[in-house]
Amino acid sequence: MFLSMNWIGDFVDLSGLDKKSLIKNFTLSTAEVEDIIEKGRDISGIVVAKILSVENHPESKKLHLLKVDKGDEVVDIVCGAPNVREGMLVALATVGGQVGEITIAPRKLAGYTSYGMCCSESELGISDDHSGLWDIERDMPEGVKLGTDIKEIFDIEDIIFEVDNKSLTNRPDLWSHYGMAREFATLTGRELKSPALLDVEQFKDLSPVAVDVKATDLVWRYSAIKVENITRKYSPVNMRIRLFYCGSRAINFLADLTNYVMMELGQPMHAFDCAKVDKIEVQTFPEGFKFATLDGVERNIDDKMLMITSGNTPVAIAGVMGGDASKIEDDTTSLLLESATFDGVSVRKTTTRLGLRTDASQRYEKMLDPELCRVATERLLALLDQCDKGAEVTSAFTDVYVKKYPTISLDFTKAYVDRYTGIEISNETIVKTLTSLGFKVTVDGDNFSVVVPSWRATKDVTIKADIIEEITRIYGYDNFEIFTSSSPLLPVRKEIIKSDEDRMKDIMVKSHRFHEVHSYIWSDSKKNDELGISTPENVTIINAQTPDHTHIRVSMIPTLLAFVKENKSYSETFGIFEIGHTVEGLRENGECNEKNKLGAVMFSKAMGEEQLFLRMRDIAAELVSDILHKDIEFSSSELYDFCHPVNTFDIKVDGVKVGYIAVPHPTVCENIDKKCAVAFFEIFTEDFAAIKAADVKYAEPSKFPAIDIDMTFTADIGAIAFDKLVAASKTAAGDLLSDVALKDIYTADGSSAVTFRFSFVSNERTLTKQELAPATEAICKALEPQGLVLKV
Amino acid sequence: MQKKIEELKLSFKASLAEATSAEALEALRVEYLGKKGHVSALMQELRFAEDKKTAGQLINTLKTEVEEAISEATEALRKAEIEAKVRGAKKYNPTLRTSEELGSYHPITLAAREVEEVFISMGFTIENYSEIVDDYHCFEALNIPKHHPARDMQDTYYLDNGQLLKTHTSAAQNYIMKKYGAPLRAIFPGRCFRNESIDACHENTFFQLEGMMIDENISISNLIYFMKTMLSEVFKRDVKVRLRPGFFPFVEPGFELDINCAICGGEGCPSCKNSGWLELCPCGMIHPNVLKEGGIDTEKYTGFAFGLGLTRLAMMKYGVKDIRDFNSGSLKALSQFKSN
Repeated sequence: MFLSMNWIGDFVDLSGLDKKSLIKNFTLSTAEVEDIIEKGRDISGIVVAKILSVENHPESKKLHLLKVDKGDEVVDIVCGAPNVREGMLVALATVGGQVGEITIAPRKLAGYTSYGMCCSESELGISDDHSGLWDIERDMPEGVKLGTDIKEIFDIEDIIFEVDNKSLTNRPDLWSHYGMAREFATLTGRELKSPALLDVEQFKDLSPVAVDVKATDLVWRYSAIKVENITRKYSPVNMRIRLFYCGSRAINFLADLTNYVMMELGQPMHAFDCAKVDKIEVQTFPEGFKFATLDGVERNIDDKMLMITSGNTPVAIAGVMGGDASKIEDDTTSLLLESATFDGVSVRKTTTRLGLRTDASQRYEKMLDPELCRVATERLLALLDQCDKGAEVTSAFTDVYVKKYPTISLDFTKAYVDRYTGIEISNETIVKTLTSLGFKVTVDGDNFSVVVPSWRATKDVTIKADIIEEITRIYGYDNFEIFTSSSPLLPVRKEIIKSDEDRMKDIMVKSHRFHEVHSYIWSDSKKNDELGISTPENVTIINAQTPDHTHIRVSMIPTLLAFVKENKSYSETFGIFEIGHTVEGLRENGECNEKNKLGAVMFSKAMGEEQLFLRMRDIAAELVSDILHKDIEFSSSELYDFCHPVNTFDIKVDGVKVGYIAVPHPTVCENIDKKCAVAFFEIFTEDFAAIKAADVKYAEPSKFPAIDIDMTFTADIGAIAFDKLVAASKTAAGDLLSDVALKDIYTADGSSAVTFRFSFVSNERTLTKQELAPATEAICKALEPQGLVLKV
Repeated sequence: MQKKIEELKLSFKASLAEATSAEALEALRVEYLGKKGHVSALMQELRFAEDKKTAGQLINTLKTEVEEAISEATEALRKAEIEAKVRGAKKYNPTLRTSEELGSYHPITLAAREVEEVFISMGFTIENYSEIVDDYHCFEALNIPKHHPARDMQDTYYLDNGQLLKTHTSAAQNYIMKKYGAPLRAIFPGRCFRNESIDACHENTFFQLEGMMIDENISISNLIYFMKTMLSEVFKRDVKVRLRPGFFPFVEPGFELDINCAICGGEGCPSCKNSGWLELCPCGMIHPNVLKEGGIDTEKYTGFAFGLGLTRLAMMKYGVKDIRDFNSGSLKALSQFKSN
């Protein structure tokens, strides 16, 4: 929203103050100013002048040769504007003057020298009208001499500032110059002046307007008044300039007047042509229909949209826009003036459904103060009276005040303010600030009682804490002394899952040189298709922007596989991982079964698939042994269609499934790259974190050397369960066997062999190989049933 | 006997001079000092000697001389060998790189950890929260009334089971208040979702880091202190902060917190839209309705809350210009974030 400092100056005298630094303070105390624009600074030397004669240029059809009286001298002007005429009063840029980027100097145009330039309104920056010269005769106050600088006559110089609309969401009162003036008055400690009004009480004996509010749930107040015999067609220049500077356009006098009052007081008003609309109903319709708004667009009205009708003929969408048929035309002489408060939520819903936001609807959405209706009417009538003496009010001020906002009174103490602010703000400052903002304040010692002004009471200030904001923002947050809190400092601990996830990240990055990535929570069904992965049924997003992104992911792996494919030229071998959220269908209560998972994928063009798989297996085992100090177990599994049907294994700890490890289905792998190996695992981090980490158990190291005995067995490698072999060996060999390690796997010609290293140690003595013979024999015997035959 | 000893001495010296390898020296040692060596033989003969005492002494001296000479020669030989090794050593080239590339953290992880560290040191606990929440936690409990524009379809992703993807980390406030009660200090980083079009500055999936502190006398002054301290630690400089009024339904008063622009030092530049300030962190005193909804006694307790834009912070900290890089999965971009 754009605001004019001149306009604000109507209500608070800011003379002698640096306006730009005032605007900066405004940012800190009220709302964010996005831009400050100085208007009229780029024009100078523009004077009132009179065209004495007009001659056509002998060769050009467009150009005219003028004699122009600029007060002190008559000068020759060559001018291309179509509307030149003898006796016309114009704004002449004189030699040495400035119009935007142009410095005026004598200039030859088609053979004739021009000593200045007659200006259009657009050239002077006061409107976008560039159809011809600014005909200033009708705008000229009496007694102005030729040669007078136009800046002395009209408010061309101004400082305009733009406030971020979002920062005014909760401040309906600030959608107006008057509301802004109140803020400036408070910030500067100067007095706020009331606008001139025309009391409508005097018309109470005239007959009322026929107003019937049917939809009482959507209307707070509806008031109307009739004015006839309006002859003025155009708005005064200063009014037009202000409207233009504030982002509006001058249309005609009556339309401008309603816009002007809206921008000044924040109350949207609508002027109907009285010849077409002489009675009012406010209602909704059970059936939808089409309605042409005054911008000439046909709109679909539905059963929830509040309409203004006249004799049941729709004439306006309440609070949004008037109808084309009943709009003010240039020849309108009588009007029915609406000043109403509609329900904010209803207006917002209507604009959303119509896709039509207007200056009026933006204000209604914020919940306007119904008290404004009458003030705005009285202000408009006062302005009308100033500009068009013949205009005549022909009805009583008809006021259907459906419901009032309750008056809000709040009580609080000095201690409350002290506790909230943490600093000392004096009672005097509190009273002065609140009074200046329009609150009625009563003080009794350290007890305050305030009545919230109606313009803040619609939704903005309703509780004590709101008062704190009023006091502190005006006090200035920059003026706060800052302190740490006096709360006792207590030990804190991270959630186990959070610390586990942090450690997993460290292990993946630091020990295994993986790269952490982030992907989206939804499946990308297009990328899945490319990889040959079907997107599993799951919870869906009902308003996704693309149909490919509707399904919430079940597993981390598919998006990671897509990333692997996109990065396959990055390096010969690399690993990526992500810890993120997935959803595995719904819980019994209908909520998403959300599960956190660590997904890790490794890609290589150098390593074989089995080698890669075993490396991933080691990483998974390390996560378990590093964080939980426990052993990892595996069992064959079948899970998703992107997993290899043979090589997919559940990962278990203490018998509880905490994830799985797999290589991709060959189709998926080929879709990634014809010559690559990929392996991956997922760890379910909540299930993982739920397992209690084992304590570290210290065993005194033996003072005697260990003896290692290697034995090679023929075996079906695929069928071996290593952990079971270790357990069987330990049972067979007794306490002296301290460790079993896999040394080598050998496969050739359909037969395979495996070498284990058995380590023996005693805490009492040095062992000899001879005495271990019975133990190794026992091991061999124990392993035979598991399919391992000692190779001799 | 004496003569024999002298002869042996001379022959040893001659042999020693010829022994130029470790093997030859060892052979020499065996020849003279071994069990069947010359010195042992002399010892055998000692019993026949006239002056046993003198002869014995002489043999012992010989033995010592031989031992020392051999060990000296061995030592000299080793030295010579090592010198030869040094002279003949290959010079390595440290500029040749063969090492495997390091792993990398996501920049969001790095930024979050920096902030987390600061708050842990100030006694804040770190909380975890789900990404899929219900209307109550995301809006209702946060004093966002039914008709608030934030609930409009264009902002929130709704799921077919009636839940939604959380639009802000504030959605965890109610859960955490109920979990711990007052007093309370907690931060909770998390991923948020807004249904909007993606470009260099906008993502539909981004991170925030929410924080709350609730106790008997938490004030606006405390809020400013904690924000300024945290940001100074994270940016490793004494940041200037300023608070402006900002409207968020779940705080009262609510603020927008700006920090002075590091790029221009507050003079004004394109990065800060010539204002000298960067908007970083909405915050405020927790709205009494929100405390009440969280089961906290509003007469006794006050609190502040803030919602730091973690993605935005990471962009500022690392100079990432395109927000889309974060979720791109591109290792060319992401593998650069190694330090931690």
